[in-house]
Amino acid sequence: MTATATQPETAKKTSWFSYVKSSFKPKNYVSYAVLALLIAFFLIFGKSFKQTNVLMLEKISYSVIAALSLSLVVGFLGELSLGQAGFMCLGAYLGGYFQTYVYGAFSQSLPLLSLLLTMLLGGFFAALAGLIIGLPALRLKGDYLAIVTLAFGEIVKVVFRNLKTFGAEKGMETVRYSSSSLYIIGFFAVLFTLAVIRNFIKSKHGRAVTAIRDNEIAARAMGVNVTYYKLVVFVLSAFFAGVAGVLFSNANYTIKSISFDYNYSIDILVMVVLGGMGSLNGTMLSAALITFLNAKLSTVLTGDLAALQKLVYALVLVLIVIYNNAPKLKTFREKYNLRRLREKLSAALHRLIFKKHPAEDPAAEKPDAADWSNIPTKVPMDAILSTDFTPDAVTDEDKPDKPERNEPHENAEAKQ
Amino acid sequence: MNEYILETKNLGISFGGLKAAENVNLRVKKGALYGLIGPNGAGKTTVFNMLTGVYKPTEGEFYLDGENLTGLDQAAICKKGVARTFQNIRLFNNMSVIKNVLISLANHPEYKCNLFQSVFRTKRFYETEKAMRNEAKEILNVFGLLGERNLLSCSLSYGKQRKLEIARAIATRPKLLLLDEPAAGMNPQETEELMQTIELIRERFRATILLIEHDMKLVSGICEEVTVLEFGKTLAQGETKEVLSRHEVVKAYLGED
Repeated sequence: MTATATQPETAKKTSWFSYVKSSFKPKNYVSYAVLALLIAFFLIFGKSFKQTNVLMLEKISYSVIAALSLSLVVGFLGELSLGQAGFMCLGAYLGGYFQTYVYGAFSQSLPLLSLLLTMLLGGFFAALAGLIIGLPALRLKGDYLAIVTLAFGEIVKVVFRNLKTFGAEKGMETVRYSSSSLYIIGFFAVLFTLAVIRNFIKSKHGRAVTAIRDNEIAARAMGVNVTYYKLVVFVLSAFFAGVAGVLFSNANYTIKSISFDYNYSIDILVMVVLGGMGSLNGTMLSAALITFLNAKLSTVLTGDLAALQKLVYALVLVLIVIYNNAPKLKTFREKYNLRRLREKLSAALHRLIFKKHPAEDPAAEKPDAADWSNIPTKVPMDAILSTDFTPDAVTDEDKPDKPERNEPHENAEAKQ
Repeated sequence: MNEYILETKNLGISFGGLKAAENVNLRVKKGALYGLIGPNGAGKTTVFNMLTGVYKPTEGEFYLDGENLTGLDQAAICKKGVARTFQNIRLFNNMSVIKNVLISLANHPEYKCNLFQSVFRTKRFYETEKAMRNEAKEILNVFGLLGERNLLSCSLSYGKQRKLEIARAIATRPKLLLLDEPAAGMNPQETEELMQTIELIRERFRATILLIEHDMKLVSGICEEVTVLEFGKTLAQGETKEVLSRHEVVKAYLGED
């Protein structure tokens, strides 16, 4: 068995379409089904949504985008950024500012187009800020980067609060995308964000980013351009935060820079951390749930009970963290979790559609573990079988430095 | 045209007042297996760090295949054809085995695929991705790691992690491969296997190998030439058997009697 076994089948020309088709995998069937159901749900019941529910959906859409954008930096690059609200603020203000002009240019006849343009503009300005901040700041690591980004967020907030052009203390009133279907656009913006971030992560560029997270020194030694990738991640993350900001400005009548304070950055961070670092689905889910929880709490606990809002919120967060980490609950978590549920449902769906079990279906994804009998080993079996393990034979090889040689081995084992 | 793949001229570095290495003159022939030995703290890894751009040499320069690489950064030196492994294993622990190799493959010109192509999944993306995976599988096959390619790299056994590190370095298609104590912490059986792997690398990937090692059995078994360092200075240099029997080398390792 030689290396030629896995030679690429070069002769065959494959079209782009068949590549795309092959990337639809049975294990994702549930995700597609959920997506289809959501769209159908919005199409059928969208018209009769109550105003509060629409507002909630809008809120969820920009929170999810913000959380997804931050998960790039925190979950995949492994750096702590506390300035995500600052980028959102930039996107909201500058996007909102230019929205007036964009609306003028398109004479309000194409509100959707102008909203999309505004999103691009807001994202662009935020990305530009990300680039300018990132160039010097990304030389820093860990806590220091966190402090710089935190300072950036605060600076942006204060600047907008003091500029007359942007309404200063009163906040800025913007031309809004007034249609009640903003949440639909928000929904598609979430899908777009998810697609871009997911595709980025699952490419060689994304792998380079996760390599930096895992071991920066090794990544450098393997030719990964660390500074470049850090900057790319930072800019991409800032772009989507800017897009989220534009959605924010369209969902609210006035933009006040006070809404983008330090606490909001932390809220976004909480969504990413609770969702599981490096898990996009988890991040989306936790962002949606936390936003929902916050909004519900602020409507349920009013009046004298308003003080309890933050208390209940904090309590829920603590409980979630405990549930995620308690060693006693480990078996329970492993048995009942969404990922397993997804896998099971996907397999069931696959059976339902193709009347075949995924494992039996040759068209389905092949299990990637190679056949054991095909694995070439460099272990010289003859040498092993003929080695003499009597004490005499060992002393022949035994050198004075033998114990020293064994020590690092044990240490390395212990570390793992 | 160039007989030597690596040539260092009076290479040296000092940290403040401390000279960690000075006047290191290595001449490694193409296709050779060259050993760099010396007691702990002699500056062997420092030399490696200079050759891979982790440290910028404060004196002297070094040439890869006649090209001066002094002062380039790590990624640039890697692209020129110097790859290394680490004394304490540094794998990408939270990534699968095959992804560890894919990282190193990403820089080759035939796998060029820019950000736009990746994000919007053009045909180029799928083609390069497939070709990269095929090459990665071939490399893993050579190292006997194909069956474990979807496991997390941190779940491999110690010996296999070492192998994976070498595989990952090989995937950058180096002209010169620097192995930093590849046999550290291995049992005699694994060391034996490692020696075979190293031979295999030379045959199959035509890389010149410079290795740091304390295991004298391994050094005398496979290295053609060695340089002995002590306190950052070259103590002896030349053909392995001859150098290892010199009085000053024995003294450096075992002390005066």
